[in-house]
Amino acid sequence: MSSPVIAWRAAISLWVNRNRKWILSGPAIAFIVLLLVIPLGYTLYLSFTDAGSSLRASFHFTGLGNYTNVLTDTRRFWPAVYRTVLFTVGAVSVEMLLGAAIALLLRREFRGQGIVRVIILMPLVATPVAVAMLWRLIFEPTIGFANEFLRFFGLPGSEWLSSPSTALPTLMFIDVWQWTPMVALLLLAGLTTVPEEPEEAARVDGANVFQRFWFVTLPLMRSVVFAALILRSVEAFKTFDILYATKGAGGGSMHEAETINIYAYGINFSDNRYGLASAVLVVFFIMVLVLVTLQIVARRRGQ
Amino acid sequence: MTRRARAATLRASRRRGMRPSRAYNVFRVIALASVVVVFIFPLVWLVLASLKTQIDIYDPSKTFIFSPTLHNFKTVFGAQAFLPFFRNSLIVGVVSTALSLVFAVPAAYAMSRFSMTKSSIMVLLARVIPSISLIVPWYFLFAKIGMVGGYGAMIISHMFLSVPLMVWILISFFDTLPIELEEAAQVDGLTPIGAFVRVSLPLSIPGIATAGILAFIFSWNNFLFSLILSGSNTKTLPVAIFNFIGYASIDWGGLMAASVSITVPIIAIAMFFQRYVVSGLTAGATKG
Repeated sequence: MSSPVIAWRAAISLWVNRNRKWILSGPAIAFIVLLLVIPLGYTLYLSFTDAGSSLRASFHFTGLGNYTNVLTDTRRFWPAVYRTVLFTVGAVSVEMLLGAAIALLLRREFRGQGIVRVIILMPLVATPVAVAMLWRLIFEPTIGFANEFLRFFGLPGSEWLSSPSTALPTLMFIDVWQWTPMVALLLLAGLTTVPEEPEEAARVDGANVFQRFWFVTLPLMRSVVFAALILRSVEAFKTFDILYATKGAGGGSMHEAETINIYAYGINFSDNRYGLASAVLVVFFIMVLVLVTLQIVARRRGQ
Repeated sequence: MTRRARAATLRASRRRGMRPSRAYNVFRVIALASVVVVFIFPLVWLVLASLKTQIDIYDPSKTFIFSPTLHNFKTVFGAQAFLPFFRNSLIVGVVSTALSLVFAVPAAYAMSRFSMTKSSIMVLLARVIPSISLIVPWYFLFAKIGMVGGYGAMIISHMFLSVPLMVWILISFFDTLPIELEEAAQVDGLTPIGAFVRVSLPLSIPGIATAGILAFIFSWNNFLFSLILSGSNTKTLPVAIFNFIGYASIDWGGLMAASVSITVPIIAIAMFFQRYVVSGLTAGATKG
């Protein structure tokens, strides 16, 4: 009979069962590691060289030269860092406040709730580059609706995206328009997991709407609020689409909308200074890691 | 008023159906109406502009009242020949989503069942890392093996976006599936992997749909990867839209018509699968 075959089959299926954890997750982990670790290692390697314009040409190790160049660049790098932080903090704090307000408005059932939810979902799924083009037209100084709107009320128009002083706030506004719904949806999902009893109890004790939200509901939702905060700030920190689509590769003629993301892109693909760009990317990567870690630590401490 | 008395009044008022005050209701209707206007107006504006001629776009007196024309859409699909870019977006989106599911579904299952914390943290890392710090080295590495400009490099890069997204969504989905069903199937003679394929997999179709739809939306909307990795024949829609922006002038009507054409399909998909999209976007946030 075929007993060796049966024995082999049994052995194989035993092996599969023993190792199923890695058989099932291995391919995905290998895929991610391959596309994550190798490029990061390559970037780290290039960041210590003077690679530029063509990678085929020979390049040399320059030690920490690129890092010194980047970290002492007060003309473009540090302003880009400042703008990135300003953009993130500004846009995300407005998004958190408005998002919480919208979530509270949508909390209790009402007629037409479905329609409102569908509408706030639209900016979220609309293609960011197309959204950027739309706002480009609305904020166009001569033909845009924004200035027409202001003129209707007798107010002077603005240069919006074109002027160095208003470009960044205008971009923050676009980010707020597109991503406030995300915060609202997350907080709304969080609100549904919060039991109503503690709030009822507080109401019985005479707490007003604001007190009930601040002292009862909010603490219960702490983990959702932190999740939304982490998600949005990490995403805002790496914003690329709307910045590139409205202001181009350099962030405008005076680099007025240049964030670290746009700066890294420009150094690499416009200036072809690969070594230097790699150093920027390493610094940027570390910044994002620090941001995430800080928020997770803050969250742990809060709990 | 004592606590008990107050509770009694509250109960009574609720019975009468007067729970929120009248002033609050008025405030709420106004607030909700402004929310709706703020989020929908720009999109309405986009559609209006796409139906205007370049001259009407420049004319403030024709802000809302103008004679609509499909001229811009003719430019998009005729002169600008946008259909191939639709095909590219579709190919990259569908193929990367399908392949990602093959990787992500079993992985998420294993990570959920065996509580693989370290692996799931690494998946999270792949989600928080700035795309630009990967796409730059990818560009060089893909260029070395001659993949830049082809579909392969774009599909792989989009998969890098969707695999972690899917794993993240599906872990929280599998966490809610009772393990007892699989155990029962194993008692009936199925192997553990057989129990996963025959019992848990059919039950997880809603989760898989959520992950798939969201991954497709993210792929359709992705700009940076295609900007760097695509060739002139493999451009996806978000990159092709720049065809309407010349050095000297912008074809606003065409640009808006192209934006409408790109956005309408993805909004339609999201509306149709609204429940899945919302549950996917909020997956993992409410637990922890």
